[in-house]
Amino acid sequence: MSHDHDHDNELDPFAARVRALETILTRKGLIDPAAIDVIVDTYETKIGPRNGARVVAKAWSDPAYADWLKRDATSAIESLSYTGRQGEHMQAVFNTEDTHNLVVCTLCSCYPWSVLGLPPVWYKAPPYRSRAVIDPRGVLEEFGLTLPAEKKIRVWDSTAELRYLVVPMRPSGTDGWSEERLAELVSRDAMIGTALARQPQQAGEPA
Amino acid sequence: MNGPHDLGGQMGFGPVAPEKDEPYFHAAWERRALGVTLTAGAMGAWNIDESRHARESLHPADYYSSSYYQIWIKALETLLKRHGFVSERDLKAGDAIDAAATPKRVLKAENVPAVLAKGGPCDRPVATAPRFKAGDAVQTKNFNPTGHTRLPRYARGKRGTIEAVHDGFVFPDSNAHGEGENPQWVYTVVFDGSEIWGEGADPTLTVSIDAWESYLEPA
Repeated sequence: MSHDHDHDNELDPFAARVRALETILTRKGLIDPAAIDVIVDTYETKIGPRNGARVVAKAWSDPAYADWLKRDATSAIESLSYTGRQGEHMQAVFNTEDTHNLVVCTLCSCYPWSVLGLPPVWYKAPPYRSRAVIDPRGVLEEFGLTLPAEKKIRVWDSTAELRYLVVPMRPSGTDGWSEERLAELVSRDAMIGTALARQPQQAGEPA
Repeated sequence: MNGPHDLGGQMGFGPVAPEKDEPYFHAAWERRALGVTLTAGAMGAWNIDESRHARESLHPADYYSSSYYQIWIKALETLLKRHGFVSERDLKAGDAIDAAATPKRVLKAENVPAVLAKGGPCDRPVATAPRFKAGDAVQTKNFNPTGHTRLPRYARGKRGTIEAVHDGFVFPDSNAHGEGENPQWVYTVVFDGSEIWGEGADPTLTVSIDAWESYLEPA
């Protein structure tokens, strides 16, 4: 795709700076470049929003699991083998008819890596971090989401080590769906709070 | 510190501009930047709070004109120099010239899955009972420390309600500066939008932060 071409050449000063740093640390025996390969592969191919979507789909399908997720999200998520870095202390927040939840980290880029993978650029950038807490409706409009005027909005600023996963409301018309099929309705953005779950007729559209 | 990172409620940064089907990385060097940052952190010379403080200590003009991976790398160079792993001469030459401090450990490829799966839990026992309980009215402190803190400016000196009492957690304000973990209870504190933003605030808005106990006073 157009954004994935290789910028890592001598014409890009920052690419050269990172390469130099890696070279210095490797020659001093401080890092193992093969470890970098494994880290990148993990976050590029193994850990991503499919994890979180599976958590949400299970919560939609299994009331006992949903209750566990509400009370102790870290354990409930760990039971699906999603653990580790930036998911050590999890909390799930459930959208309701009354309230829509939105997650931000105004101070840096705190994000639940274990269930959503690496954060998108916009989540880490000043426009979202500055506005999500003061003008969440305006932010949501930019994502194409217009909430009813009476809907309450709760913004969770991730200022400590708790990491938040939004559980969107289950769309109607999905009775009897398998967890696998339900998970297809759950986008990364729906678990940050900048989208709702897809409607059944939208299934198959990209996030 | 009242640094460039403390963005809640700031204005003028323009639209969010989400990218459709965004890739995890926008350039090959970003992959290496992620990996170098994590493997260097795994040496165990600094903690996550010191890393965050190094990032927020970039000059505001530098912070705002850098992408997040650039912020990571610039802060990482600071940390590596501070802890004796690289020198200015190394960086200028782009090569290993000066001797390095000895790391506590070097993360090898075969250990990466286990290390990532374990993460770095920072909950800790606290000897005292929690000072607050769910439903208590509290007021956040009004302070302007020059060091690291996780109480955002927009939430200082505000009245809110304790919604949840969590575990004890490492206190970043001291841990970032090598002054110990000093764990404290952490609470979710929820504020009405109007308490924070005043006139013109969205009447349907509530905002919560997670606050260490010493950020809070009874209200």
